Amino acid sequence: MPAKGWIEVSDLYCKGCELCISACPQEVMELDMSRLTPKGYHPAHIFTDGCTGCAICAIVCPDAAITVYREVTKAVPTAA
Amino acid sequence: MVTTAPNNLVYERPEGFTDTPTHYCPGCTHGVAHRLVAEVLEEMGVLDKTIGVAPVGCAVFAYNYFETDFVEAPHGRAPAMATGIKRVMPERVVFTYQGDGDLASIGMGEIVHAAARGENITVIFINNANYGMTGGQMAPTTLPGMKTTSSPNGRDVETQGYPIRVSEMLSTLDGAGYVVRRSLHDPKNIRLAKKAIRIAFETQIRGLGFSLVELLSTCPVNWNMKPVDALKFVEEKMVPYFPLGDYKLSAGAAQIKI
Ligand SMILES: Cc1ncc(C[n+]2csc(CCOP(=O)(O)OP(=O)(O)O)c2C)c(N)n1
Ligand code: SF4
Ligand code: SF4
Ligand code: SF4
Ligand SMILES: [Mg+2]
Repeated sequence: MPAKGWIEVSDLYCKGCELCISACPQEVMELDMSRLTPKGYHPAHIFTDGCTGCAICAIVCPDAAITVYREVTKAVPTAA
Repeated sequence: MVTTAPNNLVYERPEGFTDTPTHYCPGCTHGVAHRLVAEVLEEMGVLDKTIGVAPVGCAVFAYNYFETDFVEAPHGRAPAMATGIKRVMPERVVFTYQGDGDLASIGMGEIVHAAARGENITVIFINNANYGMTGGQMAPTTLPGMKTTSSPNGRDVETQGYPIRVSEMLSTLDGAGYVVRRSLHDPKNIRLAKKAIRIAFETQIRGLGFSLVELLSTCPVNWNMKPVDALKFVEEKMVPYFPLGDYKLSAGAAQIKI
C-alpha cells in the first residue's frame, strides 16, 4: 500500500501559479476556486485521496508555500 | 499489527527564509532558486555567518527574504562588493545573486575579473534570457530569434550579436574552481541544482576559489507564457542552447562529497 500523505498550503505565500498541480505525480491537486487568499489568488489544495507525501509539489513551489506530511506506518511485533 | 504515527513532517519552508512573501510574479523560478539557497545554507549551518550581495534586477529585494546578512550592490557590481567583503572577513560565507542583465551586460567586467582573480566567493547566476525587472528587454542571453520588448521581431544575430554562454566562458579562467550550469524546469533538475549550489558553497568554505552556478530560470510574465509553459520553454529551447553540465571542476572541487 502506498504511503498516505497530506499537505498544507499557506495562504500567505501561495500565488496560484499551478506549478505544483502539474508536477504532482498522483494528480490530486487543483486550485481551490471557492476561495481567495488575502492577496486575491485561488490557492492550491488537494481535492481527492491519493497523496503519498512525496513532496514533489514542495520541490517545485517557487514560494515555499507547501508543508508536506506523511503517515509513518511501523510494524509492531505481535505480543507473544 | 500496524500502528500509525501521524504528523510526520516531510518538508517545510526552510529556516533560511524570513516570513516575508516574495514580490516575484506567480510561478517565477527566481523563487525556486531562492529556496534552494536558503535550504543549502540552513543544511550547512552557516546562516548566521553568511553575507549575501543582492543585484539590481528582479532580485533587488533578495535581502528581505533570507535569514542572513545582506548588502545591496550597484547594478552589476555585486562581485566587486563580494570581493571586498570576503577579503576583509574571510571567515564569512559570501555570495552574490545576479541576473543575466546584471551579470552579463553591465556587470560583465566585474564577473570576469572576479573569476580571473579566483576570488573565494560564490555566485548564483539566474539566466532567464531577458531583463525581467525593466519589462523584458533583450539580454546577452536572449536566444536567437527570441522576441523581447527591445527585439520585437526576434533577436537578429546579424545586428544584435549572439547569446553569451557565461559558464563556458568563465570556465577558461584559472581562478575558477567550480563553474556549472543547471536548470530549474522540473523536480529532477531542481534537485541537481540544489546539489550544485551545495558544492559551490563547499568550494568557497574549502578556499578552492571562485564558484558559480548558472541556473536556467523562467520569466513567465515577460515571456508571455503561463508558468507551466515557461518551464517547457526552458526545457525545449533554453537547454539546447545552454547545455547543462560541469564546465569547471577543479581537482579540489571534484573531491567534495556531499
Ligand atoms: C546603472 C543602471 N542601469 C540600468 C538600470 C536599469 N535596470 C534595472 S534592472 C536591469 C536589468 C535586470 O535584468 P537581469 O539582471 O537579467 O535581472 P532579472 O530582472 O531578469 O532577474 C536594468 C537594465 C539600473 N537600475 N541601473
Ligand atoms: S506551486 Fe506553490 S505558489 Fe504555486 S500554486 Fe502551488 S502552492 Fe501555490
Ligand atoms: S506530496 Fe506528492 S502526492 Fe502529495 S500533493 Fe504533493 S506532489 Fe502530490
Ligand atoms: S518579471 Fe520575470 S523574472 Fe521578474 S519576477 Fe516577474 S516573472 Fe520573475
Ligand atoms: Mg534576467
